[in-house]
Amino acid sequence: MTHSLSVASAYIIPIFIMGAVVYGFFKKVPVYDSFINGAKDGFSVILNIFPYLLAIFVAVKSFQASGAFDLIGRFGGTTLTAWGVPPELITLFLIKPLSGSASLAIFSDIVKNTGPESLASLIGAVIVGSAETTFYVLAVYLGAVNIKKTRYLVPVCLTADIVGMIIAIIVVRLLYS
Amino acid sequence: MNIIWLILMCASIIIAVCTGRVDELTKAMFDAGKLAIEVSLYLLGIVAIWLGITKILEDGGLVHSVAHLFRPVITRLFKTIPHDHPSISSITLNLLANFFGLGNAATPLGIKAMQDLQTINKTPDTVSDEMMLFLVVNTASIQLIPFTAIGILASFGAANPSAVVLPTIVATAVSAVVAVLILLAFRKVIK
Repeated sequence: MTHSLSVASAYIIPIFIMGAVVYGFFKKVPVYDSFINGAKDGFSVILNIFPYLLAIFVAVKSFQASGAFDLIGRFGGTTLTAWGVPPELITLFLIKPLSGSASLAIFSDIVKNTGPESLASLIGAVIVGSAETTFYVLAVYLGAVNIKKTRYLVPVCLTADIVGMIIAIIVVRLLYS
Repeated sequence: MNIIWLILMCASIIIAVCTGRVDELTKAMFDAGKLAIEVSLYLLGIVAIWLGITKILEDGGLVHSVAHLFRPVITRLFKTIPHDHPSISSITLNLLANFFGLGNAATPLGIKAMQDLQTINKTPDTVSDEMMLFLVVNTASIQLIPFTAIGILASFGAANPSAVVLPTIVATAVSAVVAVLILLAFRKVIK
C-alpha cells in the first residue's frame, strides 16, 4: 500500500504543473509571461531568507560541534530511563526542533543500534515523521517577509514541540504494548 | 529569538572551550555559512518555479476559485482573514502539499502564504496573529505517509515498516490540535 501511495505522490507534482499550464492556456493567460513574472520574485524572497537561515545554521552547527548534546544526553538519558522511555531518544528529542538532517542521521543511528522493531525506533520514526524542523521553518517563513519581532511565537512552537514528542511516546506505547 | 540565539552561541563557545573542541567549533561555524548558501540556492530554484506556476493560476483566476471553495474551512480557523483574500488559497495549497508529503512544493507555497498574510498585517516588522496560527499549524503539519521514516526503517530490514503510518497520523493529528490550543492559551494569557 505504501509503495503504490509513494508512486502516486510522485505523479502529483507533474500532473499539477501540467494542469496549471493547460488551465492558464484555456483561460487565455500568457502562460510564459506569467511564469516569468512570478519566478522573478524568487530572488528577492531568497535574499530576504538568507540572513535568517545563516543565523540559525551558525548557532545550531556550533552547538552541535561544541559537544553540548553529549553532555545533555548523559544527564537526560538517565531521566528518560526512569520514565520508561528508551534513553537513546534524548539526542533526537533535543535536535529535532533544530536540524532536520541531523535528526535523520540520529534516527538512522538509533535504528541501526537498537534494531528496526525496537520501541526506540518506533517512537523515533513517529517523531521524525510527525513534526517539522521548527527553527528552520521559522527562519524561512519569517525571513521571507522580513519579520523581526516574533512576540510569543517561539515559546509557543517549542512548547508544542515538547508536547508533540510526549504525544508520540504515548501513542506508540498505547498501540504497541 | 534574540535571547535564544544569544544563549545558543554563548553556550556553544563556553562548552567547546570546556570540552576542548574549539577547532571543531570554528570549523562548524564556517561550514554553516556554506550550508546556508547551499540551502538558499536549492530554495531559490524551487521557490522560483512554484512562484511562476502559482502566478499562472493567479492570472487565470483559479486562486480566487480555490479561495472561494475552501473559505468555509479556512475561515473557521483563521477568523480574521477577509473573504476572498488570496491567502486563503495559498494556505490551503500549503497544507495540502504538506498532507501529501510534497516537501519541495510545500515550502514555496508556505512562503507565498506568508507573503499574502503580510499584505493584511498592520505592523510589517511584527508577526501577526494569523501568521502565528499558520506557522503553528504548519510546523505540526499533518502528513499522510511519512516516506522518509519508512524508508529508513525499511533500509535496516524492518519486517513491516508501514506499521508506523497509523501512529504517525494519530500523533500528528493530536499534536496539531494541541499546538493550536497552546497558541490560544498563550494568546489569552498575554492579552
